[in-house]
Amino acid sequence: MGHRKKNRNVGIVGIGETKFSSHREDVNQPEMINEAVRDALNDAGLSIDDVECVVHGNMELFEMIHQPDLWHTLGTGAYGKDAYRLTTGGTTGGTLVAAADNLVASGMYDVVLAIGFEKLQEGHTTGGITNMADPLWARKLQSGALTDSAAVKVIAEFGEERAKRAAMTYRIIMDKHACLNPNSHRAFGLDWDQMDDLIKNSPPLIGNLRLIHMCSQSDGACAMIFASEEKAKSITDKPVWVRDHICIHREETLNLCNNYYPNQTTHKFAAEKLYERNGITDPVEYFDVFEMYDPSAWWGMDWIRDFFLLKDDEHIKLIENKDIMIDGKIPINPSGGVIAANPIGATAMVRVAEAAKQIRGNAGPHQIPRQVNHALASSFGGTMWTILFMLEKELNW
Amino acid sequence: MNIEKDNQFVIEGKLALPYQYFSGRTGSRFLIRLRDDKKINGLKCNACNKVFVPPRSTCEICGETIQDNWVEVKDTGTVTGFTVVRYSEPHQPVKAPYILALIKLDGADTPFAHIVQGIAIENMKVGLKVKAKFAEKTTSTIMDINCFMPAG
Ligand SMILES: [Zn+2]
Repeated sequence: MGHRKKNRNVGIVGIGETKFSSHREDVNQPEMINEAVRDALNDAGLSIDDVECVVHGNMELFEMIHQPDLWHTLGTGAYGKDAYRLTTGGTTGGTLVAAADNLVASGMYDVVLAIGFEKLQEGHTTGGITNMADPLWARKLQSGALTDSAAVKVIAEFGEERAKRAAMTYRIIMDKHACLNPNSHRAFGLDWDQMDDLIKNSPPLIGNLRLIHMCSQSDGACAMIFASEEKAKSITDKPVWVRDHICIHREETLNLCNNYYPNQTTHKFAAEKLYERNGITDPVEYFDVFEMYDPSAWWGMDWIRDFFLLKDDEHIKLIENKDIMIDGKIPINPSGGVIAANPIGATAMVRVAEAAKQIRGNAGPHQIPRQVNHALASSFGGTMWTILFMLEKELNW
Repeated sequence: MNIEKDNQFVIEGKLALPYQYFSGRTGSRFLIRLRDDKKINGLKCNACNKVFVPPRSTCEICGETIQDNWVEVKDTGTVTGFTVVRYSEPHQPVKAPYILALIKLDGADTPFAHIVQGIAIENMKVGLKVKAKFAEKTTSTIMDINCFMPAG
C-alpha cells in the first residue's frame, strides 16, 4: 500500500447538487452541470475565478458521447484553468473527490472544483456496460448491472424469511429517508404495512432481486469545492475535513476463477486498512453517519457487514432494530442513498457531499437530529472498485 | 507453423450506440425561431458583450448566466475558416465533395459550422461573404438552414 501521510489538510468548502430526476429535457449536459457548479460556488461564497483546477467525470459511453469534458467547459467553468477528466465506472464520483483531495493536499492547487454528472435518459447504459469486459475472454458472456448474487449469499446464510424481510426493511428505511430529501429522484412513501406485499409482488428482475430493491437511472450533477486548510478557514467557518481516503480495486474474475486472492471484498479490505491506519477500533461507535453507495437493497444490507467489520448477524440486527434510521444509533444514507437517485458519474460524489452536509448540520429536512462529528462515505463501481472516505468536523485527529 | 506471424486470431467488434440528446430550453428556442420565423438568434453576455451563435446559456469566459439575453443576428456573415470534405459517409447531409465552413454571422462574435454551396471549391476562400439559404421543408434541426451561398 503506497499510502503516505497527507502533505497538508484539505477541507470541503462548497457543495452543489441538482435535483435528481428521470428526465432533464429542459437543459443540455453543460447546462445541467452548470446548475450544480453554481450551487457549489454560491454555497462557498466563491466565484469561478477563485477556482484553480477543475476535475470532471462521468461513466464512459453512458451518454454515447466522446470527451464531453471539452464542450462541457461551457458549464464547468474550466475555461483558462487546469482541468482533468476521470472515469472509473460507478466509482467515478468518488475518484473525482479522491483526486481533488490529492491535488489540494499535494500543494499543487489551493482550490479545486470536482464535478460528477450523468444524463442517463440520453444514453444507453447496457450498451456502455457490455463493452467493459475483455473482448476475447469475457464479452460474449457479459451481463448488465443487475445481479442477485448478494441475495443468494444472504439467503444461504440467514434463511429466506429473515433475509427477505431484512432486505425489505432496509429498502423501506431508505425510502423513508428519500422522502425527507428534496433532491431524491424516487421517494414512494413506502410504509411497514407494505412489507409482505412488496416481498411477494414487486416485479422480479433477476432471481430474488426485485424492481423495488434496485436503484434507478437518474439525471443530475454534483459539484464540490476543496481547499487547503489555510484557504478553507478563510472561505468558510464550517469546513469539513477530509481526514483520509482509501482506494481499493480488483479484477474480479481473478478471484472467482482461480481463487487467486483471498475471498474478501474490496469493501472489507478498504475498511480494515483505513481503520487500522486511523486507529479506529469500533467503527459503528466512532462514526455518526455512513453514506453508502448501495446499488440495491440486497447489496446495501450485505455490505454493512464489510464496511463496519461486523460479525455473524450483527449487520442484520442493525437493520432489524432500525439502528440505521436517521434517528438511530448509526444512521445510514439519511439522503435515501443510491436507490433514491443514481446519476452514476455523480452518485459516489453525492455520498461524500451528503456526508459532509450532515457534519455541517445543514443537510435540510434529512439532517440527522443530533450532532455529527465523524462521517464515512463509500464509492462502488464495477467490477469491484471501492473508495472509502473519512470526514471530520474538527481538525483534531 | 510460425506462431509469431500465423494463426493470430482477431476478434471483430462492433458498437451500437443509440442515444438521445436533449437540446434543452436554450437549444430548442434557437431551433424554434429558425423553424418558425427563419431568424437566427444568439445570446449576448452583458459582462463581455460577446454574442454567441449558436447560443449558450452560460458565458464560459465570464461565468455569467445569459440564457434570457436573446438578440437577433443577420443571416449574412463572413467565412473565418473552411475545409473540403472529400469522402461520403451515410451520416453526412450532402454528397461529397462539399465545403464545410466556419461562418461568423453579422452581429455575432463566434463562428458556427455550416455548409457553403454555390462556389467552386478552388475559388473558396477565408473572408468570403455568405448568406443563409433556408430549407424549403423544415426538419427542426440546424439543417433548416440548407446552406450558405456567396452573398451579392
Ligand atoms: Zn461574458
